Amino acid sequence: MDNSNMTITIDGQPVAAEPGMTILEAALAAGIYIPNLCHHPDLKPVGICRLCMVELDGRGLTLSCMTPVAEGMDVRTESPDIDKVRRVATELLIANHYPDCLACAKNDRCELQRIAAYVGVDQKGLERLRRTERRFEVDRSNPFFDYDPNQCVLCGICVRTCDEIVGVNALDYAFRGFQTVVSTFGNRPIAESTCVSCGECVVRCPVGALVPKDMPRPSREVKTICPYCGVGCSLYLGVRGRRVVSVRGDRESPVNQGRLCVKGRFGYEFVNHPERLTAPLVKRNGRFVEVSWDEALGVVAERLQGYRGDQFAAMASAKCTNEENYVIQKFVRRVMGTNNVDHCARLCHAPSVTGLVQSFGSGAMTYSIGEIQDAASIFAIGTNTTSAHPVLALEIKRAVRRGAQLIVANPKEIDLVRHACLFLQHRPGSDVALMMGMMRVIVDEGLEDKAFVAERCENFEAFRESLSAFGLDFVETTTGVPREKIVQAARIYATRKPGAIFYSMGITQHTHGTDNVLATSNLALLTGNVGRTSSGVNPLRGQNNVQGACDMGALPNVYPGYQKVSDPDVQAKFERAWDGPLSPNPGLALTEMFDAIDQGRLKALYLMGENPALSEADANHAREALEKLEFFVSQDIFLTESNRMAHVVLPAASFAEKDGTFTNTERRVQRVRRAIEPPGQAQPDWWIICQLARRMDVGGFDFSHPSEIMDEIARLTPSYGGISYNRLENGGLQWPCPSADHPGTRYLHAQRFNTPSGKGRFVPLQYRPPAEEVEPQYPLVLTTDRSLYHFHTSTMTRRVEGLEKLDGRELLRIHPDDAQRLGIADGDRVQVRSRRGRIEVQAQVTEICRPGVVSLTFHFWEAPTNVLTHAALDPVAKIPETKVCAVAVEKA
Amino acid sequence: MSDYQPVLLANIHREDSHKLAVYEAAGGYRALRKTLREKSPQEVVGIVRASGLRGRGGAAFPTGLKWSFLPEGHPGPIYFCVNADESEPGTFCNRVQMEHDPHQVLEGTILSCYATRASTAYIYLRYEYPLAYRRLQDAIAECYEAGYLGKNILGSDFSLDIHIHRGAGAYICGEETGLIESIEGKRAWPRIKPPFPAVEGLFRKPTVVNNVETLTCVVHILDRGVEWFQSLGVPPDPDNPRDAGSYGPKLYGLSGHVNRPGVYELPLGVRCGELIEEYGGGVWKGRRAKAVVPGGVSTGLMSQSELDTPLDFAGPVSVGCLGLGTAGVVVLDETYPIIDFLYNSCRFFAHESCGQCTPCREGTRWALRILERIKGGRGRLGDLDLLAEIGEGIGIIPGTTICGLADGAAWPIKTALRKFRDELEDYIRRTNPTGYMATGPAEAVDVAEVA
Repeated sequence: MDNSNMTITIDGQPVAAEPGMTILEAALAAGIYIPNLCHHPDLKPVGICRLCMVELDGRGLTLSCMTPVAEGMDVRTESPDIDKVRRVATELLIANHYPDCLACAKNDRCELQRIAAYVGVDQKGLERLRRTERRFEVDRSNPFFDYDPNQCVLCGICVRTCDEIVGVNALDYAFRGFQTVVSTFGNRPIAESTCVSCGECVVRCPVGALVPKDMPRPSREVKTICPYCGVGCSLYLGVRGRRVVSVRGDRESPVNQGRLCVKGRFGYEFVNHPERLTAPLVKRNGRFVEVSWDEALGVVAERLQGYRGDQFAAMASAKCTNEENYVIQKFVRRVMGTNNVDHCARLCHAPSVTGLVQSFGSGAMTYSIGEIQDAASIFAIGTNTTSAHPVLALEIKRAVRRGAQLIVANPKEIDLVRHACLFLQHRPGSDVALMMGMMRVIVDEGLEDKAFVAERCENFEAFRESLSAFGLDFVETTTGVPREKIVQAARIYATRKPGAIFYSMGITQHTHGTDNVLATSNLALLTGNVGRTSSGVNPLRGQNNVQGACDMGALPNVYPGYQKVSDPDVQAKFERAWDGPLSPNPGLALTEMFDAIDQGRLKALYLMGENPALSEADANHAREALEKLEFFVSQDIFLTESNRMAHVVLPAASFAEKDGTFTNTERRVQRVRRAIEPPGQAQPDWWIICQLARRMDVGGFDFSHPSEIMDEIARLTPSYGGISYNRLENGGLQWPCPSADHPGTRYLHAQRFNTPSGKGRFVPLQYRPPAEEVEPQYPLVLTTDRSLYHFHTSTMTRRVEGLEKLDGRELLRIHPDDAQRLGIADGDRVQVRSRRGRIEVQAQVTEICRPGVVSLTFHFWEAPTNVLTHAALDPVAKIPETKVCAVAVEKA
Repeated sequence: MSDYQPVLLANIHREDSHKLAVYEAAGGYRALRKTLREKSPQEVVGIVRASGLRGRGGAAFPTGLKWSFLPEGHPGPIYFCVNADESEPGTFCNRVQMEHDPHQVLEGTILSCYATRASTAYIYLRYEYPLAYRRLQDAIAECYEAGYLGKNILGSDFSLDIHIHRGAGAYICGEETGLIESIEGKRAWPRIKPPFPAVEGLFRKPTVVNNVETLTCVVHILDRGVEWFQSLGVPPDPDNPRDAGSYGPKLYGLSGHVNRPGVYELPLGVRCGELIEEYGGGVWKGRRAKAVVPGGVSTGLMSQSELDTPLDFAGPVSVGCLGLGTAGVVVLDETYPIIDFLYNSCRFFAHESCGQCTPCREGTRWALRILERIKGGRGRLGDLDLLAEIGEGIGIIPGTTICGLADGAAWPIKTALRKFRDELEDYIRRTNPTGYMATGPAEAVDVAEVA
């Protein structure tokens, strides 16, 4: 196809156009307005509003939105016929439109107003036609937006958005002719539909039919990064006075292209929440007392002096910025003289690091979000993507629309299954068997990429031998997946290239989490699906900056950039840079810290923005441990289940109140910008730690702005070597970015792997069952899950009223067969018991779970799921097995 | 013309006319046997093209030309749809054919599928025709039994399956792309053309959609030849290069205020008055006709003074109507109020608008609201101007809407206003003596929704 530009003529003006553009697109790109209502740049044209008529080459009227440009086209946008058609359509639309423009949320941003102004409607014509009564009830059922059919112009943009962009199809047309309305299945309120409240329709609605509730217009906007999941959507915070009042997706962002999920778009109320911490708190006689910064810092500095060395530990935070994580690990290492620093990555993707480093030499997502749409097959295992990474899930759905075949492997029938060509509902913990079974089929049928295996991999023979234990009889029995499906999945993934693997906590949160990860990397190596665009192994990182916190060395065994603390050369490098002695001994993993406290080895803890009392497996144990600490200091934006036990709580700034960077799941370092002042005396985490270090008389913490911290990071971290704030203004940079002129890296392992030999390493695997198996006393397997509407321990999301309305309580999902046997009806209160604890929740009887498996989230403090879960650890990654534990369920 | 011997309806008065044996005894499937033996598909297309056959469903598009738009050498499948949705008000000719001579319809379908190399045909049948449904079902079963359908028809290498798809009562399903969407199981929202169905139709494959009566004409063209076909009807106007002529026999569905309503087969070009007087036995109760719909309500109205108009494809156009349409001729006697005709037709089209395109969805309903206002005794003379504006704005310019529904809705409005304005003004003055001159904002009318 000819890709050269062409020229068309619009009203006598030459206009440049590209092949494939429509006339309307070419005109709009050239700044020429043609009235249009049903056109949207993100959606396929449908030509139904009939307003964008033009005259073409004297051939009569044609729709500019449906007609592709051709060289030399002669287009007219004005003629008596065009005017007549537009005028009638416009007058009729306005006549049928509730007229109160000034009271409309879309006033002065309304496409209908714009068209009316352009066409110049005749007042008399309107008066003869105009309807002033409302025909429809306004649907106010959704907590975040209202739907007023009286304002609707039936352009269908919302319907098409819900289909083409979101893939949820909550909206469609109902009835016909003049009775046509946009509605939900069965014409029910939106809250009673499959709507996921992402608001994508709301932002695209050209008139006042779909409008956000209570979203005043901001007086200014600040571009920053969403504080929720690891996708790292770029957005604009709207500020009015000193408050954040709105959120708008950043259409220029390579990550989200303007799209956001319900949390990102509507879940910012926590920033202005009255329960925010606004002053340092020191506990006296069992009660917190507000004190000055000077006093609080003095207390902390003085107490910490007494716990230098391995009796001190810090939990850094994947919610905080790179700069803050850098500063805290430097504080732990340089000021406190220990490597006891870790963070919640231990609970999510530690096996991704330990596993992928073995096989690829690097523990990060190998490719980019922007490449997903071009995959030919996608294998999504152990990821409930639409709930946990909603905007990235949109890209998976887009790939499916473009012809990719999606295979979903999950113990639960998650929403993504609706888009899959194949669903493997395997037993929790049987992932190695499932994937090794697929690989057995691939090798038996000769579908492996022989050239790739020979040229770019090592240790294949040993791996191949390990496949012999995975005959399909064994695999079928172990996984519970019919063998035909395993064969089919193997063939699809091995033959439809590029093929991408996505996984998340379903793979990692096991005692054999590292093995699970290695199974994914083996699968990718075997089929040559790594080191190429749109393929690869892609661990979806959970927290907004969990990738960055790992990169920054908030881990007990590595400095920033995964430089080993046990390596004397590395130690010497950092001792020089930080001007002081450093410990060569790897520190405690987060999951080991609680035992160490229990045993009295660990006496003081610094907690930055985490909530282990809810997030740790066997949470009762963690809670008991926290109570034993001699000195416990925490900095956070709220009082949490954890820091209520602290001796000192320091008020921190939220993401909206500080500068810094987050690194998203695709290794993209992006700028976080201060939009408003922190409330009261709250301060950014980096500022607090630097103040403390200074009071403890250690140099190297005299930063006046996070950009100076980033400069230090770049000096000491090869993969961040070329990153500085002035390069992050537009879209960020993907590491590795070793030098100031390096453009960043879209996908990894293109030429060589980061392993010592430069080759991808196959790792032979054995099947190992979960640490805890069902037995008569505890006959059901409990697996944990996420809700779309909450994040982690919900410190932020449960302070958003609308999210709480959409999902306000824990539900135990249980299969009808199990429910019937236990005499449980949908909605019953039930007690869930494990060997470690018990909780009471409401039951939801659903076929989403396979029989024998029940599931809970861990978002709700009223029903703290993690008192049930098992803290058995993966021996390498030290992650607890929160995805499998044995429980009993009975009616409460 | 009174000595014309029906061809399309030749069979319908026989006993058990719907049965295969009766149809075969009268020469049925002779054309099919001969054609499969002697003619290639291209030759059949050539013959139909040469005959000048124009579609009988309303648009009068040349049938052979439509077939020739199919991509050459397409690997298939190619689909064939029989448009038996017959929903235009005043139209019922297809019904008679399907109920009383279903095999003629099937023979035409099989021949046309052979010509177009279609391997599957769908008969999209109006739901309100239960007898036609049963008769077609039985006839299809007989055809499979007799080897006229299924694999290797009559020993040839041509195979065909026919399925009946029943509609659910929406006018828009008779629009060919609405029909296609409906067969696909979707809302019958007409598609934007291009691509035309011949290129991308049912299930995104090349597709032909033809009307029932058109297909029965194909049988006789192949049986009796092009010359016979062109011996009937009206040749093209030599002074008008765009006129494709009006050849062949035509079924006229005569209804309304006539003494003998019914389906009459005549060569194209019978004069409207002749059809009413000679065949329909004249206007009932000894009255005169006030107006006549020439071919389904969407073609508009002819006045009493225009009854000399020939009912061929060009005739109604010459008196300001949309065209011959479906040749559903409806007679309104001199006592019938034009306002009622207008109200009923607008009510119909507002109800049937699919809701996709702005001008049609909004325009048809606003026209109805104005007529409701007038009928409710609150009309103003200015309302007629407004109606005219809507009629012109939603219909007259090609391309205003995706399909022809809005255009069809506009013709009754436009013709009634042009030809019967005095009567309409009279009505308004009489029913709203105090307010008929008013201007300014109209009072809101509380109208029961048109269900």
